[in-house]
Amino acid sequence: MTLPELADIPALAAALDAVGYLPDEGVATAAYLAIRMRRPLLLEGDPGVGKTALARALAALTGATFVRLSCYEGIDASQALYDWDFPRQLLHLRSAEGGTGDETGVYDRRFLVARPILRALEQSPAVLLIDEIDRADDEFEAFLLEVLADNAVTIPELGTIRPESPPIVVLTSNRTRELHDALKRRCLYHWVAHPELEREVEIIRRHLPSVAAGLAQQVAAAVREMRAAGLVKPPGIAESIDWADALGIIGARELDGPAARATLGAVLKYREDQELVEREVLPGLLARA
Amino acid sequence: MDPADRTGSPRPDPVAGPAGGAGPDPVVGPAGSAGPDPVAGSAGGAGPDPVAGPTGSAGVDPVAELTGLARMLRERGVAADASRLVAAAGALEHVDPLDPVQVYWSTRVTLCSEPDDLPRFDEAFAAWLVSPPPAPVQEVPVPAEAPTGPGPGTGTGAVERVAATAVETLRTRDVADLSAAERDEVRRLIALLAPIVGTRRSMRHRPGGRAGLDPARTLRAMLRAGGEPAVLAHRRRRTTPRRLVLLVDVSGSMSPYADSLLRFAHAAVRVRPLATEAFTVGTRLTRVTRALRLRDPEAALRAAAATVPDWSGGTRLGESLRAFLDLWGQRGAARGAVVVIFSDGWERGGADLLGEQAARLRRLAHAVIWVNPHKGKDGFEPETAGMRAALPHVDTLVAGHSAAALTDLVAVLHRA
Repeated sequence: MTLPELADIPALAAALDAVGYLPDEGVATAAYLAIRMRRPLLLEGDPGVGKTALARALAALTGATFVRLSCYEGIDASQALYDWDFPRQLLHLRSAEGGTGDETGVYDRRFLVARPILRALEQSPAVLLIDEIDRADDEFEAFLLEVLADNAVTIPELGTIRPESPPIVVLTSNRTRELHDALKRRCLYHWVAHPELEREVEIIRRHLPSVAAGLAQQVAAAVREMRAAGLVKPPGIAESIDWADALGIIGARELDGPAARATLGAVLKYREDQELVEREVLPGLLARA
Repeated sequence: MDPADRTGSPRPDPVAGPAGGAGPDPVVGPAGSAGPDPVAGSAGGAGPDPVAGPTGSAGVDPVAELTGLARMLRERGVAADASRLVAAAGALEHVDPLDPVQVYWSTRVTLCSEPDDLPRFDEAFAAWLVSPPPAPVQEVPVPAEAPTGPGPGTGTGAVERVAATAVETLRTRDVADLSAAERDEVRRLIALLAPIVGTRRSMRHRPGGRAGLDPARTLRAMLRAGGEPAVLAHRRRRTTPRRLVLLVDVSGSMSPYADSLLRFAHAAVRVRPLATEAFTVGTRLTRVTRALRLRDPEAALRAAAATVPDWSGGTRLGESLRAFLDLWGQRGAARGAVVVIFSDGWERGGADLLGEQAARLRRLAHAVIWVNPHKGKDGFEPETAGMRAALPHVDTLVAGHSAAALTDLVAVLHRA
């Protein structure tokens, strides 16, 4: 992929900013190197810190097709790569018997169902997001390695499909299990941390222009304290945006006790967490506000 | 390239920036023309072309320069191998080698591969910037301790019988009361164990069975038969091993048992390396799975001991368990898994937290098994506060004080 306007890291950061993703230096460097070195980028981090959003933003700024492969246990090549359209092949076979004169074989590109990885290779330029790779079983990783190493797919009946420009590949993992070192070695690795306060305020305001600046500031500060409170599920950026949105919808101008309690379900999804925050975090926050 | 050059000029601390969370200072006032160049180390001061990068300047090999960093990383336990080193050198061609921040991030994304690596990387990077690389150390592979003396079965029949009885009694002896020679024998017995847990149904299918049709294979058979429905292909669910998670208490009160329990964990990791996770708990949580993957028990135990910082320290079981659930368990390691906790339940923190976290663990896991070495003693009552708090959330409480008790545990695991 030629990206002449992205001459250096600040240029990429600015471009990401322009499509609504505010990167810090680490994310910008990792993304820049992934593009320049044509290596897959493995992102890890707490849920809701913007791993998937980065892949979407990269697609938006390069004008590439965004292809997402969500992994799950038991995923295999016929769901990730390609499959043959058996009913159509059968119909074709039947009509050929009838003597309609179509002599092409049943293993033709027409009868191939392209799954995400093949789609990303065919529709170049593309950004391929392989989401939650840790949910797939490890045999799938070995298979993926082959695709990522060659940027090509070989279909025995058709031959090798290789795009002129390989896709930008982003993998995300929630670390439910250890990935194979062979896969990690192929990738650039970046741990996406929670953003600093100012960046988070800016992200909230970017997503919700109607929310008052003061409210965004209070929400970001409150969420920061929640993350430090030892919760079962610390809120991510997605939750802080949801919370600010919820507060905006009920017409709150600033974070006060009743509004915070009424909307706590937008940011905390566990009963234990809500109780802990109501007991230990909220009083202090509201006293300072 | 002279290392002395790298120490001379003042330079910003790029590590303090990213680690602190705030944006790091980009090169604070270039200190003269011989500006700090942590990567290429260009002593000439003839302003190296940032576009050409380190490969552009004559005689500077970024790989050689980075080797020092990679070695420091490996000393700290980061798997910075040759291919990652080449990737790091490649990355430096794309960034400004004069900007420590860009150098920091581009080496970090190429040389690290898990969150545990990050603090070690920060430390090594800071050290690499300010000090000349240490002289290469000849790495001497530690020889595996070969078993000495004649193996079993070389003696006469009578000796064998006596030895067999001795082993039989040894099996049931509490490992805390053994002599050094007896302990070696028990270690050998533990190494022979193969702790595996049962299987669960997987999402994957395999051919066979009578129940579900396999549309893809049926259609392929029809294609071969020219479109006639010749044979119906069936498929059924595969089974896959359940995950096994072992949490070994290495605090002071458990120290007589820690060695044999870690050996048990090693045996489990060896049998199912990918479906087993092992952690030590004490004052903090440490993952030892990686260390225990070494096949030789002695080498694995040495590696594990080197990883665990809180050996024979105090116990904060509740907090360690919470750390496990936050960092690993909730995300999936404990989901549907068989979780084994090896501990006497001696809790220095409040027992409430332990009870809470045990309940949380019970909701995630398939089965929770608690191994308490004191259960093997006569008149055992679960009287430590931690044990009492956790007990309602435990499926099975077993002893683990002797080789025989650990063999029983293998049977319990197999049924779980």
